[in-house]
Amino acid sequence: MRRELCEALVARAPRPDLVFLTGDLGFGALEPLRDALGDRFINAGIAEQNMISVAAALASEGLEAWTYTIAPFCYARAFEQIRNDVCLHRLPVRMLANGGGYGYGVMGATHHALEDYGILSTLPGLRIFVPAFDGDVAAVVAAAGDSAGPVYLRLGRGELPAGCAPPPYAPWRRLRAGTGPVVVAVGPMAGVAWSALMEDGSNGADLWAVSELPLQANPPPEAFVAALRASGRLCVVEEHVAQGGLGQSLAAWCLEHAVPITGFRHMAALGYPSGTYGSQGFHRRECGLDAESIRAAFAA
Amino acid sequence: MVAAGKPASRAPVSPDAATRLEPGLLRLARWRLIAMHHAAGVGHLGGNLSALDAMMLVHHEMLGSQDRFVLSKGHAAGAYYVTLWSRGLIGDAELESFHGEGTRLAGHPPAGALPAIRFGTGSLGHGLSLAGGLALAARLQDRPGRVFCLTSDGEWQEGSTLEALIFCAHRRLSNLTILVDHNRLQGFGTTAEVASLDPIGRALGGFAVEIREADGHDLADMRRALEPGTDRPVVVVLHTRKGHGVPSIEGRMDSHYLPLTDAQFREALTGVREPLA
Repeated sequence: MRRELCEALVARAPRPDLVFLTGDLGFGALEPLRDALGDRFINAGIAEQNMISVAAALASEGLEAWTYTIAPFCYARAFEQIRNDVCLHRLPVRMLANGGGYGYGVMGATHHALEDYGILSTLPGLRIFVPAFDGDVAAVVAAAGDSAGPVYLRLGRGELPAGCAPPPYAPWRRLRAGTGPVVVAVGPMAGVAWSALMEDGSNGADLWAVSELPLQANPPPEAFVAALRASGRLCVVEEHVAQGGLGQSLAAWCLEHAVPITGFRHMAALGYPSGTYGSQGFHRRECGLDAESIRAAFAA
Repeated sequence: MVAAGKPASRAPVSPDAATRLEPGLLRLARWRLIAMHHAAGVGHLGGNLSALDAMMLVHHEMLGSQDRFVLSKGHAAGAYYVTLWSRGLIGDAELESFHGEGTRLAGHPPAGALPAIRFGTGSLGHGLSLAGGLALAARLQDRPGRVFCLTSDGEWQEGSTLEALIFCAHRRLSNLTILVDHNRLQGFGTTAEVASLDPIGRALGGFAVEIREADGHDLADMRRALEPGTDRPVVVVLHTRKGHGVPSIEGRMDSHYLPLTDAQFREALTGVREPLA
């Protein structure tokens, strides 16, 4: 999604108040943005804590501040800066986090983001975007840019499966209608789930993509609730650990809203079951988050 | 004379009024700070008294509407509140709520509660980055104005403070003045014992900043040191005393935590030496 991100921000660059800070990342991807912004493109160096606080101060002066780094270097390294300087002050800093889930693959565990939106969902006023497809990025950047409060944007691999034609970007989108279990996939897992379930018949899964969190700020639409009431079976698929993920919050939401669930399955990141490393696809397979595993799980 | 426990009120002044800080007003602020902490039964008084003179000077003589101040050593919140009160930006009733139930004046400056306080602080190592961002914003927006940031000395043990210094120095943020309250005492020992950067001026002088030193309890010396810089940030190492002005706690470790006893309080109000000759 980096190319789409760069294009969207270049289109936004004529705004005189836009300031972009990077934690020394973007080589081979963000040069057009650097050229478009001039002295408003700031390489803040390998110092993410400082970068987040600087961005908070820029936002407090009315500037449109964006930060960019690898996801864990943002939410994990600079968590206190996000909490204190950005969120407690409700400042509209847009934090771009590259490599959601296992996106950095064989680079290893330090570069993976398996708990980001769970942790960040605990902070006041923070909007979290997890675009599902490359084509979502422009709309997400526009929404983040216009946000009055803080934003975390988890970027991942957003390939659109051949034959999949998602509706225009929205926090909740139905990708496939069916009378079977209701399946909710977060961000790019939506494309994987679609590939797994698309060949099922009309009694197959009712598939939804979720791209904005936390759930309290983005409650399910009525059509989703109606489908779930009819089915009673819910499955959540996410490249995030179960703790703090959408699955837990959605299950709690169903309890609070008296939506009866007769079956619940949570397909989530499991960390490193074999203790070895590989591509994003390797890790997804280890966790049962690839299309084949999802298909097999539903066939069982 | 100010009665113990009930300091005099201070008439509000315009936030933009840059006036000369008179010693009598500084003494009044010190009394108010001591009484406020005693009434609330809270400590941290030592690091408030070491920082008060500089905060008062900056706020009364240097801060206009285009300028900014960030209190990075948030545990000096009492001194900050009293300073804002002395400028008419916090009222008497509000000040008396300090540290109480339902107060906006918590033990560290709150986020978003008071217009006069731009940033809530308390966890050390945040303020200089925020100040650097404000200084950068002024440059990007082509605005005049200076940014002042008051740090503690122990705070320079935080890696994020050094991240910020590298950033500010590299960006040549000449509109930024960093004050270091060098009272030499931190939470559980002296700075020299715990993790020494002494002499801190020489340590920070390795960065592209201008180092100045001043007596943090001498207004004239601080005025000289706080003159604007030229092409880089200015770091002013303020040589201060924890608990300044209260002989029974001055320079003592326990002034970081413990509230004054009633006897110390009476001594502080009657025996406090003239803050400025």
